[in-house]
Amino acid sequence: MMKISLQNNAVVMLIFSAVVLTAPLWLAPIGADYPDLLQKFAIFGIFAIGFNILFGLTGYLSFGHAAFLGIGSYTAVWSFKLFTMNVLPAVILGTIMAGVFALAIGYISLRRSGIYFSILTLAFAQMSYSLAYSVLTPITNGETGLQLTMNDARVIDSLFGVEAEAGLPSTNLFGQVMSGYSGFYFCAVILIIGFYVSLKIFRSPFGLKLTAIKSNQTRMKYTGFNTRPYLLSAFVISGMYAGLAGALMSITDPLAGAERMQWTASGEVVLMTILGGVGTLIGPLLGVGIIKYFENIFSAMNPSALHEIFNFLPLWLENIVVGITRHFVGDGWHLTLGAMFMLVVIFLPGGVMEGITKLFNYIKKKLGLNRVDSEDHVSEGGDRK
Amino acid sequence: MSTKDKSKDESRRDFLKATAATGIAASSPMFFVKDAYAGSHNMPFRNNPGSAKSVKFGFNVPQSGAYADEGADELRAYKLAVKHLNGEGDGGMMNTMKPMSLKGNGILGKKVEYVTGDTQTKSDAARASAKRMIEKDGVLMITGGSSSGVAVAVQGLCQEMGVIFMAGLTHSNDTTGKDKRRYGFRHFFNAYMSGRALGPVLKKEMGTDRKAYHLTADYTWGWTQEESIKNTTEELGWQTTAAVKTPVGAGDFSQYITPILNSGADVLILNHYGKDMINSLTQAVQFGLRDKQVNGKQFEIVVPLFSRLMAQGAGDNIKGILGTTNWNWSLKDKGSQAFVKSFGAEYGFPPSQAAHTCYVQALLYANACEQAGTFYPPQVIKALEGFNFDGMGNGPTEYRAEDHQCFKDVLVVRGNQNPSSQFDLLEIVQEVPRSQVEYPASMFGGELGPYVV
Repeated sequence: MMKISLQNNAVVMLIFSAVVLTAPLWLAPIGADYPDLLQKFAIFGIFAIGFNILFGLTGYLSFGHAAFLGIGSYTAVWSFKLFTMNVLPAVILGTIMAGVFALAIGYISLRRSGIYFSILTLAFAQMSYSLAYSVLTPITNGETGLQLTMNDARVIDSLFGVEAEAGLPSTNLFGQVMSGYSGFYFCAVILIIGFYVSLKIFRSPFGLKLTAIKSNQTRMKYTGFNTRPYLLSAFVISGMYAGLAGALMSITDPLAGAERMQWTASGEVVLMTILGGVGTLIGPLLGVGIIKYFENIFSAMNPSALHEIFNFLPLWLENIVVGITRHFVGDGWHLTLGAMFMLVVIFLPGGVMEGITKLFNYIKKKLGLNRVDSEDHVSEGGDRK
Repeated sequence: MSTKDKSKDESRRDFLKATAATGIAASSPMFFVKDAYAGSHNMPFRNNPGSAKSVKFGFNVPQSGAYADEGADELRAYKLAVKHLNGEGDGGMMNTMKPMSLKGNGILGKKVEYVTGDTQTKSDAARASAKRMIEKDGVLMITGGSSSGVAVAVQGLCQEMGVIFMAGLTHSNDTTGKDKRRYGFRHFFNAYMSGRALGPVLKKEMGTDRKAYHLTADYTWGWTQEESIKNTTEELGWQTTAAVKTPVGAGDFSQYITPILNSGADVLILNHYGKDMINSLTQAVQFGLRDKQVNGKQFEIVVPLFSRLMAQGAGDNIKGILGTTNWNWSLKDKGSQAFVKSFGAEYGFPPSQAAHTCYVQALLYANACEQAGTFYPPQVIKALEGFNFDGMGNGPTEYRAEDHQCFKDVLVVRGNQNPSSQFDLLEIVQEVPRSQVEYPASMFGGELGPYVV
């Protein structure tokens, strides 16, 4: 008899898919159920899952992952411009191109470890950013960003006699337009596939070797293991995830800007992963959710919205509360995020996932269901930290 | 890990079953929901207010980055415009605008509300913010921005989404040239007009034998302004020594300024705006460029696009420097004075050109809806196309139907040598008539695209 447990991949995938695909429903009460934000959740989810394969498993902190995101984006837009508005070639080409760059950058950067590795990746990412921003303007269109135009070649589309409509064509999957909710579901399906691959990696001998590198690389080497190929494959896989995310960004909104490659974008994915829980399967996704939610919802709040939220309080108290909280929304959302990040890192070094784990154990203990077993709990699914 | 507690598995199984079942059940209806247009009667269109009591505008302005000062002033102007549209305050330009259909009771009887967003002067962020406004907040119209890169990006998005975009401060030829869109409108003037207006003044002040050196912000606005000014000055007989591109928000321009000293150029043209222009001009002055004699002539600096906010930031360095501007608060016509008065009463200082163009854009959109008798975008667009109006501070103005560019007089200004107040920083050298800056609509190419999307 097949046991229903979180050790079982099928069960995990079933829950995960259900949660992702119903996101528009359960995100509605907190005002996050509009397509653009949903797409962002899914896309950055893919980015963070990929980043976690490198950082979470091997412990190698890449500070330049946004470069691959940007490369994926530019490749996807060029695929729209040159070949076809269908999104499949864009997805495939974006992922492959990011993989190629990851191979080159990883080959060089992985000669060092620790802080030197981080600095090397950061340097490469900033180089890519500068190239995209000013040097390679014919390919990237610099600050203005690479956009579709009416006179793009679109060789494959014209070959199949897709007649030009009035106005710019939209990205599509065999006719289904990839903006709004259909764009989200496309990203969500890819997120689910990406999560499955990541799950497989986490629970494979390959994943085990990567974790071994994290815990003690020197010992690995003494036992006769050449760690470099494993590290490089992890780096390339993770770069390809970033490229995939970048391609999806261009698919839901066909415009690629250089700022996607800036170091702040690289830093963001590090924050997301740490905030959610490094090395856990779900953690990075939680981090993505929290940061993107803050960025999109908190940054748009203004004092009048706050007054609406707090109008159940007596007026004098309402004014005081709004007077204090107004500094933490709008332009001040970074402040809220910073404060929250500090709290999480200080009290829950394992990220939000650690908090959830503790909560589950606490509840179990209270209900007296069974012994507390920290190695194997519901949300973590038995991943090694 | 392999030893399992039986009771734990039991409880977990129940939990899982329940979760999975609810999840699947709940997800199924959402699968086929596409972008729903909230259509009721007439033609369906995005964010149709229907029988709602209010309509929403989206004010998408830079609140951080190199153009944040302009963004803050734009937002002030928008808030004032909303007040005036709803019949609060003294009405500002609603008293001087001609012809006008607005009644001071909102638009078509619906109260005007607004949401704001931060473009960060980045195309990506601006589009994300615009998307949020359209998809979540349900805005009817998006306006604002202080960068042409952002304007072009948001305009493209608005065309796709079928939401009208009233551009804020954007000066690139591309906005209503090769990147023009049916759903995008620009009241501000452009780089070509700046060149045309500056030409004769430059000739008079600096002669026809000059060597120009350009420092250019590296994006669509910088490129087209450099091109337009180059064309104008080369027609005068000037030579262009070099044109160097600088990244937006560079902060430190010294590495770009040092080479100018040895280039043999005797005029520096700064195609910069906002904080970039303040920094590059200040540094150019600190490097002693303005005290130099090159080729037997006084070294000069020209800033083709000027604003009072920048003049304020640059302080004494701006004195005597030539440039153009869309509008200045010292203008004496009734519309300008009404606007300056109500802006001053509200905030305690005069508005910038960014504030002016944004205020006017909000009123123009509202007026077009009122005139069309509907919010249905194609009708509103038709009301705006070819609209002739006056009393908005620039004299008689026309929204040209072919490219959605406003045509009006352009001001050539100079940094005031003896300012009478901290705001009296620009002295108007010449009001260049519309006929001198006009050009055929086909000159920059591009296509507007369809009315119905």
